Amino acid sequence: MNAHDREMAKKVVLDPLVDNNPITLQILGICSALAVTTTLAASLLMCLALTTVVMFSNASISMIRNHVPSSIRIIVQMTIIASLVIVVDQLLKAFAYDIAKTLSVFVGLIITNCIVLGRAEAFAMKNPPMISLLDGLGNGLGYSVILILVGATRELFGSGTLLGYTVMTSVNDGGMYYTNGLMLLPPSAFFIIGLMIWGIRSWKTAQVEKAEYEIRQSHHSEVI
Amino acid sequence: MTDPAKESKAPAPDAVTPQPVVMHENTPGNAAISSDSGLMARLKGVMAQPNDSTQKTLLVTVIMCLVCSVVVSAAAVVLRPTQEANAALDRKRNIVQVAGLLEEGGDVEAAFKNVNARIVNLDTGEYTDQFNDVGYDQYVAARDPNLSIELTKETDIAGIGRRAQYAEVYLIGSEENFEQIVLPVHGLGLWSTLYGFVSLESDLQTISGLKFYKHAETPGLGGEVDNPVWQGKWKGKLAFDEAGQLQVEVVKGVVDPASSTAAYQVDGLAGATLTSRGVSQLLRFWLDEQGFGGFLDKLKQREAS
Repeated sequence: MNAHDREMAKKVVLDPLVDNNPITLQILGICSALAVTTTLAASLLMCLALTTVVMFSNASISMIRNHVPSSIRIIVQMTIIASLVIVVDQLLKAFAYDIAKTLSVFVGLIITNCIVLGRAEAFAMKNPPMISLLDGLGNGLGYSVILILVGATRELFGSGTLLGYTVMTSVNDGGMYYTNGLMLLPPSAFFIIGLMIWGIRSWKTAQVEKAEYEIRQSHHSEVI
Repeated sequence: MTDPAKESKAPAPDAVTPQPVVMHENTPGNAAISSDSGLMARLKGVMAQPNDSTQKTLLVTVIMCLVCSVVVSAAAVVLRPTQEANAALDRKRNIVQVAGLLEEGGDVEAAFKNVNARIVNLDTGEYTDQFNDVGYDQYVAARDPNLSIELTKETDIAGIGRRAQYAEVYLIGSEENFEQIVLPVHGLGLWSTLYGFVSLESDLQTISGLKFYKHAETPGLGGEVDNPVWQGKWKGKLAFDEAGQLQVEVVKGVVDPASSTAAYQVDGLAGATLTSRGVSQLLRFWLDEQGFGGFLDKLKQREAS
């Protein structure tokens, strides 16, 4: 690996963390970010599952990229992704039974996660396997950063716990903290992700999109 | 993009001649292939075609499907024993937990040694031995028309549709002189069917525990059925009154301790009215004549005599 390759590898892994984050910049993978983030443990397992799938789907699609007929390339990508997701789901059921039960259908829904197909189509079809694997790792981590933050916020304020350990004892358990029921419902993840996008774009102004139209001052003469 | 009509005509001579057809003069590797023979050579020839040729598209599809199906079925077959062991252990853990036999971090198998599993005919209320060797799953049987009955709208208060004719019950201690009895229960909550166990003391009147092992209720609201504090509220509640009438229910809000029915009532879950109602209904279904009522009556008679 020469200096240029190393530079490139660093870029594909680190870029998706903040600068090109799949959730906050590309707005992909929102559905699972809403559904599985009620607890931190579930978020962590989901991150692990998605990162594994996107890494290996990128690598295997990249390996056969020169032989994929362009007419059926999406089907080929989906079949490979679906197979990997089933394998990951089976592994979770065998080795992390309790948490796999709480994730239920959402592991299966990684198949429809836009990040996985998006990276396969945008990156793995054009680049060699090793760098594609790293690209998958980077995007998986970018997704994970957001999911973990959302999951931690929701669990902390929704149940007063983190990873199941009590941080603020809730009223139900005889403590002082009134749990915020909204945090346990999917819309709260929308608000949290929205606030994060606002925060990130205030910090990194390059991410702010150009307005599609300008608001003009109206003149009274025009109205009449 | 090559014209698909032209491509579909081209393979025809290929099927007759043993040699792979050269459809494009820039196709690499043809010299090597023509010296080879047999199926592999033909496949290689097809793989050497441009990506968008019909033959190569079909070949890539077939190879990909084969590889993917082998990977998926291998994972399913190799991991099935572990998954089944997990599910069985989970079931045992729930049984010993609901009976209060499992200490924090205790060994499930050791605690389960004291448990006697028997299968009950729900229509007659008698034990049966007919499934001893073959294994029986109540929830699979509920889908089998020979082993289950369809419930009418009036009787199906738990919202389960069909009820199996047999159910597995767990006696803690010896069969004749048990300390507790654990009964499987299930019924509809808000989003999902809740599956769980209820355990009764040897008087067959007092509830000693209630626990659900599978549901998909809203975490934090209906999902609070998993809250140990709420589960603890069931301990010592009476399911039946002195006359043997089913009385247990989950009330909306908090139970008034001064009320005469307080011994039969449990606080509802805040913000989860429908889940609470579901729990109430499923208990009332399974402890009544449609469920284990006949069996419990038989047990009571046996104790009295």
